Amino acid sequence: MNLLVAQAQQIEAPEIHYGAIAPVLIVLGAACISVLLEALLPKHQRWAVQLVLSLLTLVGATGALILYAVSERPEQGVATLAGTVAVDSPSLFLWATLLVLAFGSVLLIADRSVEPGGAFVAQAAIRPGTIQDRAQATKTGMQTEVFPLTLFALGGMMTFVASNDLLTMFIALEVMSLPLYLLCGLARRRRLLSQEAAVKYFLLGAFASAFFLYGVALLYGYAGSVKLSSIAAAAAGTDRSDTLLFAGFGLLVVGLLFKAAVGPFHAWTPDVYQGAPTPVTAFMAACTKVAAFGGILRVITVAFENTQWEWRGVLYGVAVVSMVIGAVLGLTQTDVKRMIAYSSVAHAGFLLIGSIALVPDGEGVSATMFYLLAYGFTTIAAFGIVSLVRNSDGEATHLSQWAGLAKRSPIVAGVFTFLLLALAGIPLTSGFIGKFVVFSAAIEAGLTPLVVIALVASAVAAFFYLRVIVLMYFSDPAPDGPTVSVPGAFTTIAITLGAVVTLVLGLWPTFVLDWAGTGTFLS
Amino acid sequence: MTPTYYLLLSALLFSIGAVGVLVRRNAIVVFMCVELMLNAVNLTLVTFARINGSLDGQVMAFFVMVVAAAEVVVGLAIIMSIFRTRRSASVDDSSLLKY
Repeated sequence: MNLLVAQAQQIEAPEIHYGAIAPVLIVLGAACISVLLEALLPKHQRWAVQLVLSLLTLVGATGALILYAVSERPEQGVATLAGTVAVDSPSLFLWATLLVLAFGSVLLIADRSVEPGGAFVAQAAIRPGTIQDRAQATKTGMQTEVFPLTLFALGGMMTFVASNDLLTMFIALEVMSLPLYLLCGLARRRRLLSQEAAVKYFLLGAFASAFFLYGVALLYGYAGSVKLSSIAAAAAGTDRSDTLLFAGFGLLVVGLLFKAAVGPFHAWTPDVYQGAPTPVTAFMAACTKVAAFGGILRVITVAFENTQWEWRGVLYGVAVVSMVIGAVLGLTQTDVKRMIAYSSVAHAGFLLIGSIALVPDGEGVSATMFYLLAYGFTTIAAFGIVSLVRNSDGEATHLSQWAGLAKRSPIVAGVFTFLLLALAGIPLTSGFIGKFVVFSAAIEAGLTPLVVIALVASAVAAFFYLRVIVLMYFSDPAPDGPTVSVPGAFTTIAITLGAVVTLVLGLWPTFVLDWAGTGTFLS
Repeated sequence: MTPTYYLLLSALLFSIGAVGVLVRRNAIVVFMCVELMLNAVNLTLVTFARINGSLDGQVMAFFVMVVAAAEVVVGLAIIMSIFRTRRSASVDDSSLLKY
């Protein structure tokens, strides 16, 4: 007994900087409350209450983040919760990005004006194709569990980009992925596609996390700890076997690249993007990309910077493959959601270029974070537009149905054209500035050949964006073509937010660039 | 007996699981193979905890078990829903989304 007491006194509770991690706590706490509300409230009240709670949470978390960011805080950041979570400048930047992007996504998710009842199924347990299913397609209710699921996914993403050891990173990876698997399967229309997307995403995602985890185990064997800084210290100068280090790094990176949808680990991307409900696709395309690349940046900057000459060639090759796959297969697509999915694979290649441009002074990190922010807003707005073009069957995503859209709805076609130009990287849009900063960081880091390949890939990719623009403006609309729904306030706000940020960052990027470059990862 | 054998065994189990995911058709069996991979990782973690003389690895094995359990809940729900729709759990039948 005395022995136990003596031991209990030796264990000190870790110090927690509540101010620093308040945004994550708010999001996860609200997610738990949201689950409770789901159980306690009558059905007709849930949508409104959940929506208000989610939006308040995002605003509150952003407020807490701003309060912390402007307060007196250590320049290089703090490691809290026994060193498992690092709140430094990149974490704060990525958190702010995630919160604002999630705000746009929640607005798209909550919208009920475009489709009566919203994009989500009224009752997921009803089998598709039955009489009850046809009845529920016309009901106005929706499965309001999507709100807590979105908040949990967001909490996981925020933890993921700030996690300072690999175990925390793995748990955060699962907390962000598991809700997304479910969200993918909840579409109101085309439920077979939606369920298929969920199964594919789930099986491949679980497969990839197993690889990630085996990498973590091997690195634990190598360094005796899963802290990123301990791995860096162990790799800095020992006579330990490199086999464990590089096998561990390889497996870990496979898991990360899968989440970031970098080719050749992209196989799930087009299917899931197409099958999932469009607001969820927007959420995944914007926020998951930010989270996954935030994690990649942290892991390779903090833990593997010393060994970069060994692994840089591999990621170099992966970036080339990703850009080529995205650009070339994007050309052959006939579905607009799949086309944006392949475009996201190509963009993942560009982002990876920024991530591996670590020398001489780590400008790659701030460039990549700027690119993530810019790309996230453009994508959310683009998927918002996709959800507006509909026929009696739901969304009309086949490209042939978009022919002559400018004649039916000049505004929607105009905004979509602007967003496609931003994705292609035309000047005066944020896409151009993003590509510019990433490529100049890469040239400084001595990756000029890679930048040449990237420029060729963006030229090829520009072709399929321009093809859609030509289709919208220079062909005649089919008589039985889709109509463009007039969006309600939520979708309008989300699209406007995305488009305005895309424009503003194209004209005055300095503010965000400075902010992205304020600090480095805590090591 | 050196701990290396346990590492080899876990690598073997992990590979069996990975091959199983790639070749098996039934979604439930594919999922079981993923679980096999996770448990192979647990064996690796525990072995390294022994080699390194620290408890971290054993604690991580507990975390992995919890995550695996959560994954089962979500995964079986998804597989169930598609099974009820299609009356089949074969991953080859889910082929509406392609190219």
